[in-house]
Amino acid sequence: MGGLSAWFSSAYEWINHGLYSTFITDGRWVWFVSGLKNTLLISLFSVLLGLVLGLIAALFRLSKVKVLNAVGGTYVDIIRGTPTMVQLLIIYYIIFASVPIPKMIVGIIAFGINSGAYIAEIVRGGILSVNKGQTEAGRSLGLSGRQTMSFIVLPQALKNILPALANEFIVLIKETAVIGMVDNIDLVGAAKKVQSRTYDYFWPLISIAVIYYVVIKFLSVLLSRFEAHLRKSDIR
Amino acid sequence: MITVKNLHKHFGKLEVLRGIDEHIAPGEKVVVIGPSGSGKSTFLRCLNLLETPTDGEIYIDGECITAKGTNVNKIREKMGMVFQQFNLFPHLTILDNITLAPIKVKKMQKQDAEKLAYELLERVGLVDKAANYPAQLSGGQQQRIAIARALAMNPEIMLFDEPTSALDPEMVGEVLNVMKDLATAGMTMVVVTHEMGFAREVASRVLFMDQGVIMEQGTPAELFGNPQNERTKSFLSKVL
Repeated sequence: MGGLSAWFSSAYEWINHGLYSTFITDGRWVWFVSGLKNTLLISLFSVLLGLVLGLIAALFRLSKVKVLNAVGGTYVDIIRGTPTMVQLLIIYYIIFASVPIPKMIVGIIAFGINSGAYIAEIVRGGILSVNKGQTEAGRSLGLSGRQTMSFIVLPQALKNILPALANEFIVLIKETAVIGMVDNIDLVGAAKKVQSRTYDYFWPLISIAVIYYVVIKFLSVLLSRFEAHLRKSDIR
Repeated sequence: MITVKNLHKHFGKLEVLRGIDEHIAPGEKVVVIGPSGSGKSTFLRCLNLLETPTDGEIYIDGECITAKGTNVNKIREKMGMVFQQFNLFPHLTILDNITLAPIKVKKMQKQDAEKLAYELLERVGLVDKAANYPAQLSGGQQQRIAIARALAMNPEIMLFDEPTSALDPEMVGEVLNVMKDLATAGMTMVVVTHEMGFAREVASRVLFMDQGVIMEQGTPAELFGNPQNERTKSFLSKVL
């Protein structure tokens, strides 16, 4: 009996001390807050940049002009065929090595270019999913191919792929963790900073795992509600 | 107004149109009938170049539209088209469906385009639906909107590709009525349809197509009353 209670009290002590030194000492919780904020900002702006790049790449890939087609195809092919981390390292240590811009912007550019290749495929699928009759109706009214694409096909395609884009954002929240390899601005960075003070990996890593999980769970639930809502509005 | 010379269309090895020569004068209402697979829809879609002819020439108002370097968009402004599946833009309200092309193509002021749209909605009897979305309308209503949308570009010619084939039977009448009004108003019309009653009543000329050619043509009285071609006779005996 006494042994068990001693065990519990020492476990409590261990947890208490671990969390205290991870979050409370020197106000370290601020690192996690700003790390999470940076993780979310990088993910959000990467998805937006990725959407722009993906849109362009998708239109290139659907274009009848062979050169554009090849450019779009090559971009998607290279990005999807190389590890994200290698892309990040190249952009960090080679391309922006001597350019003095905020690390966060470099991260957004790296992940924007990366997710652009995946979004290109999502957008391409979205465009192809719009009924051919829509294009024919647009063209038969005298709209040009470009006008038909921007006023008729793309709005419908983008609506169709909204859930996939939101999902890409959620995926990026996890993906951007590799930024921790090169810098300390994100959640992983916060954990690394704590570790460098306490010489303990356990609590900071478990903590950010929980934070990632909770944030992603929350966003996933939001997303599935949003999808259900979209489906309902389709039926009317 | 429309002259077609030796029109051919192949899809791969499949010859859908095998030499069509036809002249359609202003104000004519030409109804194209024939079994499915006869090429009548393809013929219609070639007229506004939704299908690119494999061979042959098409002249609209004397201009050869099959020549290289033709401004296809300009040609299409002259021709309205109504589709079997309506093809209204589901993300736009009825009003925006109608005003989109006048605003974007003709650079019409929004206000003027909307005024025009309301006139057209009046004409097809759907003014109260202006703010609705296509999915909220019945098939017959959607097709009437599709006609109004095509008319908004003030076309010289209206092409109808089986406009009532996707409709529930009780909605066919309302669409045909709008088309009859249009015919009475003097519009040049080319209609692909299975509605023989409409052909009889409205057509100035009926073309019977089969196997990629125009087998026989004439006034409704001639074609329906006294068909000469064996294929025409056999087709009519099945549908009438």
